[in-house]
Amino acid sequence: MVTGMFTRPVRLMCMIASLLALASVAHAQMRESDTTADHSKFEALKGPFETGPDVTEACLSCHTEAAEQVQQSIHWTWEYEHPTTGQKLGKRHVLNAFCGNVASNEPRCTSCHAGYGWEDTETFDFTAQNKVDCLACHDTTGSYVKWPTEAGHPIYEPRDRKSAYRPYSEALLQENSDGSVTHMPPDLAQVAQKVGQPGRENCGNCHFYGGGGDNVKHGDLSSVLVSPDRHVDVHMSPDGANMVCTDCHTAHGHKWPGSRYLGTVKDSSAQMPGFRRSDVLSCQSCHSETPHEMASLEGLKLNDHTDRVACQTCHIPEFAKGGVATKTFWDWSTAGKLKDGKPYSVEDEETGHHKYLSTKGDFEWEQDVVPTYEFWNGVVEYTLLGERIDPDGVVGINRIHGSAGDADSVIYPFKRMTGRQAYDAVHEYLLLNNVYGPEGDTALWTNFDWDKSLAAGMAETDVPFSGEYAFADTEMWWPTTHMVAPASEALDCQSCHAKDGRLANLAGVYIPGRDGMGLTDRIGLLLLALALAGVLGHATIRVISASRRK
Amino acid sequence: MAEKQYVKIFARFERFWHWTQAALVLGLLVTGARLHGLIGGFDWQAAFGLHLIMAGLIIVLWIFAIFWHFTTGQWQHYIPTFRNLRAVIRYYGWGIFTGETHPAKPTIRRKHNPLQRLSYLFLKLVINPAIWITGIMYLTVNLTGLDLFTVAWTHVVAAYAMAIFVVIHVYMATTGETVSAYLRAMITGYDWVAVDNDEAR
Repeated sequence: MVTGMFTRPVRLMCMIASLLALASVAHAQMRESDTTADHSKFEALKGPFETGPDVTEACLSCHTEAAEQVQQSIHWTWEYEHPTTGQKLGKRHVLNAFCGNVASNEPRCTSCHAGYGWEDTETFDFTAQNKVDCLACHDTTGSYVKWPTEAGHPIYEPRDRKSAYRPYSEALLQENSDGSVTHMPPDLAQVAQKVGQPGRENCGNCHFYGGGGDNVKHGDLSSVLVSPDRHVDVHMSPDGANMVCTDCHTAHGHKWPGSRYLGTVKDSSAQMPGFRRSDVLSCQSCHSETPHEMASLEGLKLNDHTDRVACQTCHIPEFAKGGVATKTFWDWSTAGKLKDGKPYSVEDEETGHHKYLSTKGDFEWEQDVVPTYEFWNGVVEYTLLGERIDPDGVVGINRIHGSAGDADSVIYPFKRMTGRQAYDAVHEYLLLNNVYGPEGDTALWTNFDWDKSLAAGMAETDVPFSGEYAFADTEMWWPTTHMVAPASEALDCQSCHAKDGRLANLAGVYIPGRDGMGLTDRIGLLLLALALAGVLGHATIRVISASRRK
Repeated sequence: MAEKQYVKIFARFERFWHWTQAALVLGLLVTGARLHGLIGGFDWQAAFGLHLIMAGLIIVLWIFAIFWHFTTGQWQHYIPTFRNLRAVIRYYGWGIFTGETHPAKPTIRRKHNPLQRLSYLFLKLVINPAIWITGIMYLTVNLTGLDLFTVAWTHVVAAYAMAIFVVIHVYMATTGETVSAYLRAMITGYDWVAVDNDEAR
């Protein structure tokens, strides 16, 4: 390795110098388009386009390999084979602690698929190149938004909506006299002519709204990140590094590093001055494993922590920052209740958040949430469909691997989502639900009938449903890695080195200041007390005997 | 024949060493107790910083003191002896209450009694190195890969020994001819000791 020729300080200095140089160049150029192609001059993009797939075909006429690349990515397949556990994961397969499952709910869930028309998993053609959605990620106008229930399509005709929920931006809305709002379809030709690299909003349109609403699912990914202040996210803030998602999730051939199924909790990959490995995503990829000041004892001691404490643990003191709450508890068992035959909702008077919805059950929301800390080696295992559960305990929708005794595990912050979810009372495994489907008579959100909803959800699979169901307590672990605070807000030593600190319940590790030494302390203190008592007794006898001698 | 004279028995460096060490040891014990979670009341992070600074200072001080002891020959005051030891122990256990005089007569060549010699030697050869070495092991535990708890345990045990030494030492300082006699000697450097005339300066 070339780096081996340099001593560490030299390497560090080179790295800092090149980072500074890169940073200044990046700041000057990154946000302004420095592309060599002006897409508005391309004949193929003149339009007009009737549908999204028409635009895609135009894109592919030049970017011949793009669709093939996208179709190999998890954004398209929604499928992930875990290299450690061998489990088949991905949205297509897993159950989660939010809306539950994709199967039977496709047109709603697949509004965030990087494609068009995934209405039914059996029939959707995963090889059709024109079904890849280029614009969701490459639109720079902000006017291209996939309609929430169109299986990935935007709308192509004006559409009236009466509800307060407005998926499209103000520019595409027309208020009508009857109180309804007409959503205008985006001008696909204009969007196509202004394509560019993805910004925070492109990724955010889906990733900020997982679980059915702003920040519902992740807790560390919300609409606040479109333009956060430094407190919320020091990297993404326009007042900070003003980075976009792909500055860390560096794309190569439409594949991005960064996974919640297999997290990178350690990264000792060689640091080349000015370069980073773009196939590995971790804080260390840019910041190295010794990011704290080497010239101070405090910095050295902090660097001592990086082998067992994730950067995120100290540098993300809270998530769900900036005023957008995250859902932390979701009790499905109460869903389906009606008042006078009609669905209803209960709002929190202070925050306005739904506390209850007939469609979804009871919720709890939290802001500025202190994470839950556990040892993690990056591996996440799921309770897959048909896997036996213990309904009397807390059922792990997923489980994080790792322990204090495993040197590859680090202390990592998590959002621990809890709730109650349906399971087969006879076979004792979790059940799929059918929640979405305005036309049929099975969807829970339309018909409020659990029996039909669960039967319809399970009918999409080969796993039998006994017809009897109950609800089990569940938990789900979500690693927290975004919303990094400025260094000045990082946790103090005593946040953890204290008896009642953040790691009060973390087992298997000795933490000075948190843990005493039991018998050793008792013996030590006893001997100290005896010494004190001894000298006091000796002194007392001296005083008494001296006064008697007088 | 020797007669008692009021002479300097503790050199300037010796007194500086003693009192600086005293302050540092107390500071280290208090911050150490905070770091160990035995006491609260102030910032853990501040305790950590102070503990390291004071540890660094006391190590420097010890290096100077070791050098001083060897270059001045003062190390000979710590050569252990059992002569008169029994009498000294008997004095502290009994005679001190009945008004006996101290059986050991300090001279300029033997300024410590046999019990002092043994206990100071124990401090210098056992407690001090133990706390110093385990402290450095604690600080560098990540480099050596040693087990954190084991290293912390040895350091804590050494610290308890130091705390017990301090308690007894402070009390013993009150057992001179007057309560403050030893203290005054340690501050001024002068005490009444038996001096051969040719030794007096």
